Amino acid sequence: MNAQLQPTGSAYFIAKETALPETHTLSVLVDNEPGVLARVIGLFSGRGYNIESLTVSETEHEKHLSRITIVTRGTPHVLEQIKHQLERIVPVHRVVDLSVRAAELGQDRPLERELALVKVAGTGDARVEALRLADAFRASVIDANTEHFIFEITGKVSKIEQFIAIMKPLGLVEVCRTGVAAMNRGPQGM
Amino acid sequence: MTGAEMVVQALKDNGVQHLFGYPGGAVLPIYDELFQQDDVQHILVRHEQGAGHAAEGYARSTGKAGVMLVTSGPGATNAVTPLQDALMDSIPLVCITGQVPTTLIGSDAFQECDTVGITRPCTKHNWLVKDVNELAGILHEAFHVATTGRPGPVVVDIPKDVQFAKGIYTPPQTAPRTSYQPKVQGDLERVKEAVALMASAKRPIIYSGGGVVNSGTEASHLLRELVDLTGFPITSTLMGLGAYPASGKNWLGMLGMHGSYEANMAMHDCDVMVCIGARFDDRITGRLNAFSPNSKKIHIDIDPSSINKNVRADVPILGDVGRVLEDMVRLWRATAKADKKALYPWWEQIAKWRARDSYAYKHNSDVIMPQYAIQRLYENTKHLDTYITTEVGQHQMWAAQHYGFEKPNRWMTSGGLGTMGYGLPAALGVQIAHPESLVIDIAGDASVQMCIQEMSAALQYNAPIKVFILNNSYMGMVRQWQQLLHGNRLSHSYTEAMPDFVKLAEAYGGHGIRCDKPDELDDAIKEMIAVKKPVIFDCRVATLANCFPMIPSGKAHNEMLLPDEATDEAVANAIDAKGRELV
Repeated sequence: MNAQLQPTGSAYFIAKETALPETHTLSVLVDNEPGVLARVIGLFSGRGYNIESLTVSETEHEKHLSRITIVTRGTPHVLEQIKHQLERIVPVHRVVDLSVRAAELGQDRPLERELALVKVAGTGDARVEALRLADAFRASVIDANTEHFIFEITGKVSKIEQFIAIMKPLGLVEVCRTGVAAMNRGPQGM
Repeated sequence: MTGAEMVVQALKDNGVQHLFGYPGGAVLPIYDELFQQDDVQHILVRHEQGAGHAAEGYARSTGKAGVMLVTSGPGATNAVTPLQDALMDSIPLVCITGQVPTTLIGSDAFQECDTVGITRPCTKHNWLVKDVNELAGILHEAFHVATTGRPGPVVVDIPKDVQFAKGIYTPPQTAPRTSYQPKVQGDLERVKEAVALMASAKRPIIYSGGGVVNSGTEASHLLRELVDLTGFPITSTLMGLGAYPASGKNWLGMLGMHGSYEANMAMHDCDVMVCIGARFDDRITGRLNAFSPNSKKIHIDIDPSSINKNVRADVPILGDVGRVLEDMVRLWRATAKADKKALYPWWEQIAKWRARDSYAYKHNSDVIMPQYAIQRLYENTKHLDTYITTEVGQHQMWAAQHYGFEKPNRWMTSGGLGTMGYGLPAALGVQIAHPESLVIDIAGDASVQMCIQEMSAALQYNAPIKVFILNNSYMGMVRQWQQLLHGNRLSHSYTEAMPDFVKLAEAYGGHGIRCDKPDELDDAIKEMIAVKKPVIFDCRVATLANCFPMIPSGKAHNEMLLPDEATDEAVANAIDAKGRELV
């Protein structure tokens, strides 16, 4: 009756994960108080979740509320856990999975924008080419002398990635990126 | 009012009568205030870990928050183990730590550590108080956060200059912060759905957990009422023992790795599972993809992150167990008629499993079997007002199997974290809360030595705790796993230099008893109960007994290893290579 002791060959508490990971963007509204960002980041590292991008800034000064935008990757089950774990943090007011919300609204994905500062140094043809391409990408020159440009570029992550890749052979020196800021389309707030 | 005065005032305003602590440089102003009042009694422990576990035992046995007070640096780091323990087992614990003056924070000052940084992942929330005018509000909020929603530990870190500074004290207020609003009332539609599912069940089971105990005694009453109304069988996790009485006719015993055969088989074969305040821990579920494969699962929990974490719930109900049970009982009475006859075949099947008598062991008239020791302890104490704590290991599982709990809040054990050294200080905390009751720490010889210094505190406060050691000279559970998993190579699990526990008890000023004969055990236990001071009972038990039944690693509920099947060969082959990697 109880003699089924042949090896099952399977893990004790880890069932094999068959679901595919997805990239989602979360908006987290928090009280802007010391340590709140550490709580959020600590949750991700402590429970083994991924952070692909993270931005944070106070968005409502009189209420001391900050909005954290996190791009993360995981299976739907893990993404649901991340949302609930974030909601457990005491100074967290709301967590919205913008990607899920966008799907509910019949949209492909939420609006996501990033800003980057890109420093390019060079002379001659490379310099001219850099300026010409920057114009094509609608990047603006915010600092320059005869040896370098600093471009400011805003847009989707893919556009910024592409711009940086193109600048690489033209004398790319350094890049600074803000991470993704995101919200859903339409009249409703989060 | 100074910050230190505010701390004492806030303790009083939050109904604190006892706190457990250890003084040091960074909390001296608070200790000075404690000295000058009589409302709050301070219990001096011998190690900060002891303070934490004592406060946990106090909290678990009373339903109130446990409070501990420690100094900065090593005081705070020693508190980490009980904080994590309380987090895993959802125990309301308020820990107040001293900190170096604000001007010295970050300078690597004497006894400085980043307390809020270190304790952030092992608390429900924590605060560093930099302004004395915020201190009172934070302390009140700390009690609120610790005791509401899913209870848990909190830390308030108070720099020494804030303790000296003068400011305005604000009394506790009712309006909590807007971001923290635990949902207590369950969605009625979901409860209706659950009741309908339960009414249609042919092979139902109720699986209850520590959440029922946390929710208060009313939740336990409601659970009992629900079981009576429905006629469903009920099992419980380690943390939930006592919510339903062990003498109740629908009781199947504990489930999980060392749970009863009937409980685990019923979990595996059920068609409707009602999980009430439990969290599908890995010690409960066994192999997840074989966990109760054919059942619809109803899951009641106050913590949204517990639902769908390990096991997907078909009917999730978010809310306080007590409130949801109230609705559930009411709706069952109104709508569902218990067709108890329909459950007869299920009960017949359960009776067959029960007949396997999975907790059986071979009695020995020369040596005390550990199971026998627990049974005799139970028989000699069940008519008394008894509280049981345990350490962690084989003795803990035997206690859970063989000691019958009739009421909630009578069983204090470290479930989630599995902290050796929990039981003795927890017993101290329980005894402080219930000075007239019989408080017994069922201990192992290895675990008990981890916090044995609190015997000294027990003597100081005339807390007549009884430390009942099942002494087999081994770390029994470690050895059992080495036998199962590591070719019987008993690497460092034997204690060659065991202290003389009787002399040790006497050295502390307590009473020592030794017993190694089964026929002398009852008299020795009676002696232990009769002595009105702390006792260490050195119960010499069979050294190589192992804890069965057991679900080996990588196995499902219906693949339990039963005691009569646990031959050397079966034990050696019970866990395959993959299971071996997974603990």
